[in-house]
Amino acid sequence: MSNKLFLSGNEAIARAAYAAGCHVAAAYPGTPSTEILENIAKFKGEINCEWSVNEKVAMEIGIGASLAGARALVCMKHVGLNVAMDPLMTYTFVGTNGGLVIVSADDPGMHSSQNEQDNRTLEKFAHCVILEPADSQEAYDMARAAWDLSERTGAICVLRMTTRTSHSASLVDLGAQGLARGHVEPKPYVKTPQRTVAVPANARGMRFAVEKRDAALLAESEQSPFNRVEAGRKELGFITSAVAYQHVKEVFPEYSILKLGFTNPLPVQLVRTFAASVDRVVVVEELDPVLRDAVRLAGVETVPFQTQLHMMELNVGRLRALRAELLGEAAPAAPATPPEAADLPPRPPTLCAGCSHRGVFYTLSKLKTTVCGDIGCYTLGVAPPLSSMDTTICMGASIGNAFGMRKAGFKGRLAAVIGDSTFFHSGMTGLLDVVYNKGAVTVVVLDNRITGMTGHQENPGSGKTLLGEPTVQTDIAEVARGLGVKRVTKVDAYDLKTLERVLSEELDCGEPSVVVAYGPCVIAAKKLVGAIPHAVDPARCKACGACFRLGCPSIVRGEPTANGRFLSRIEPAACIGCGLCAQVCPFGAIGTTASRT
Amino acid sequence: MNASISNEGVTNITLVGVGGQGILLTADILARTAALAGLDVKKSEIHGMSQRGGSVSSQVRFGARVNSPIIADGETDLLVAFDQLEALRAAPLLRPAGRVLCDRCYLEPVTVSSGQRPSPPPPGETVRALYGARLVELDSRALALEAGNPRTANMAIAGALSTLLPWAETLWQEALRQRLPEKLLAVNLKAFTLGRAAATGPSA
Repeated sequence: MSNKLFLSGNEAIARAAYAAGCHVAAAYPGTPSTEILENIAKFKGEINCEWSVNEKVAMEIGIGASLAGARALVCMKHVGLNVAMDPLMTYTFVGTNGGLVIVSADDPGMHSSQNEQDNRTLEKFAHCVILEPADSQEAYDMARAAWDLSERTGAICVLRMTTRTSHSASLVDLGAQGLARGHVEPKPYVKTPQRTVAVPANARGMRFAVEKRDAALLAESEQSPFNRVEAGRKELGFITSAVAYQHVKEVFPEYSILKLGFTNPLPVQLVRTFAASVDRVVVVEELDPVLRDAVRLAGVETVPFQTQLHMMELNVGRLRALRAELLGEAAPAAPATPPEAADLPPRPPTLCAGCSHRGVFYTLSKLKTTVCGDIGCYTLGVAPPLSSMDTTICMGASIGNAFGMRKAGFKGRLAAVIGDSTFFHSGMTGLLDVVYNKGAVTVVVLDNRITGMTGHQENPGSGKTLLGEPTVQTDIAEVARGLGVKRVTKVDAYDLKTLERVLSEELDCGEPSVVVAYGPCVIAAKKLVGAIPHAVDPARCKACGACFRLGCPSIVRGEPTANGRFLSRIEPAACIGCGLCAQVCPFGAIGTTASRT
Repeated sequence: MNASISNEGVTNITLVGVGGQGILLTADILARTAALAGLDVKKSEIHGMSQRGGSVSSQVRFGARVNSPIIADGETDLLVAFDQLEALRAAPLLRPAGRVLCDRCYLEPVTVSSGQRPSPPPPGETVRALYGARLVELDSRALALEAGNPRTANMAIAGALSTLLPWAETLWQEALRQRLPEKLLAVNLKAFTLGRAAATGPSA
């Protein structure tokens, strides 16, 4: 074991990119894909890497690098590919010069995503090679081979990761190359506009070339070392891919398996030969029946079953239910929940103690505002007691959604609330639309100068690049003014009085308005400058509960009172000292520990 | 832990607690120690929203050959709980004979502290009643303070965990060296040693 490394799937891909001589890498952070670029950044500039402003830009950079002859990597979570589809759909017509590899990380079960989608459908649609690793070793091996494959065929190669392949760690043998950097000279750039300018006259030619390439890819797939048969009992033969393979190995260890790693194009002959070698074929895959339908189109009959596998994350327990159905065995009993473990108080994620978003949601809630929200930590503003968010759709949607509600005649206070990184990602265009079309939307930008939810990545507002180098720090207020917004206000996100005054003015102003609520992320900044933990004076606390309405995890119930209520108490170890609770306490019972002792 | 080596040689360990307690690092050190012991090993965890004070869990599976990276409900051989309420929440994950290492820590969830939900009965007492002889308890915070840094409580738990697994202490120490920065290594090794001693000592 000593020559093996213990790597997550994401770490393995970063290692493989280094070994394969990848020159350029671009990504927008998104769980579960984020750590790939973070690990590439550790190679200290040997790979030119960046946090892009959004996934479409990342894709365009990867395409540009590929056009110029370099080996490029573009990474994103599943919904990021929706954003990046436009450039992808045409570059697949053009075909690669330098190899282009895309990592698209699905999130079955929506551990940290707004939807569940099986991106294999999109990747097939875009005529990409799809490689589906089943563990970190395969993530390494497939990524290591992907750039060669892309350059050999002209196809874009997708590594289809999922939460369990990206975030699970297992042992990886790096082979003879070990930790060494792969040195590959970029291919020459030769001006060939008929090949690289996708105007209709050229694109028609490209369309035929894509068909030819798909045929060549089929031959690659039939020969791929990533597709293999593991012979076993013949009554059932399983066709499976990705992490589903691991569950099948565990639940159906005695049966034959066709383990597919190169899944698009489907190796049709291999599938037919395998099907002929077993009595009945069962297809097991995570999410949509993409493989099953392709197998059926190849003329192979597959066993229909009732066990629901085509949504949410697969696991061994769900495959045990399938086994019981297929083999007529008794269904496994569901694990019992003892009464002691039933009805426990839940422990949902919350905005951190001292989070600069809390005061904004508290104020919007107090002002009875309907809030079109967006994607980030601040989506947690939906949770009680703040209960301040009405809608969340996708990155950047808050502004267009709010404008659409207004167009539909929605009356009442309405705000779009969006974080700094999300504003740069795709909020700016929505804001321009409001200005251009004479709308009246109030946009609150929660500016904490970091991409928080995915683990604190730099962004255009943070003043640093992926490598931590200083760069231009883009000012959101200046962007808003540049887009034509006349009413732009900057407020301190911890100053509740000013927040309430500014928001009540701006929410009723009847024209485009941007309020930038600034406060650094307390986790990324480690602490608030000059802030001291607060404490409650039990002699002055009237148990009114006003501070509890902030939903701060450091404010807890203290001593019970005679009338069945509870005094407030502040956990000193958890308190950041943001001071919001002192501002909302009507009795002056909360102050800094310094002033109290 | 011989009783747990049952699932065709694969042992399933689930670690549960609250975001910020160092669960993911502990799971990583456990997995690396298994690898150093010459075993196949897989570790799985969920990042993202769970970091914000929510429930966190990580799963480690090791043996001659490990396939699925996730442990089916009801098949955990050993539950390592950093918090008593989370030890109860994880009960359906455990095998009927599965063992529990539980810290004497209870962090009140925000749903209780904010008054949305009533306080549960003292979780420590419920843990003892539910798990009985299958339970090993530990006060990792006291051990971490004794080691000299309250943030080493997770390594005290790792030390206690090491007494329930058949590997040499030197392998655990090597795994700590792989994962911890030089300046924090000594205090973490001390917390580990204290946790190991506490779990084998008469008070455990």
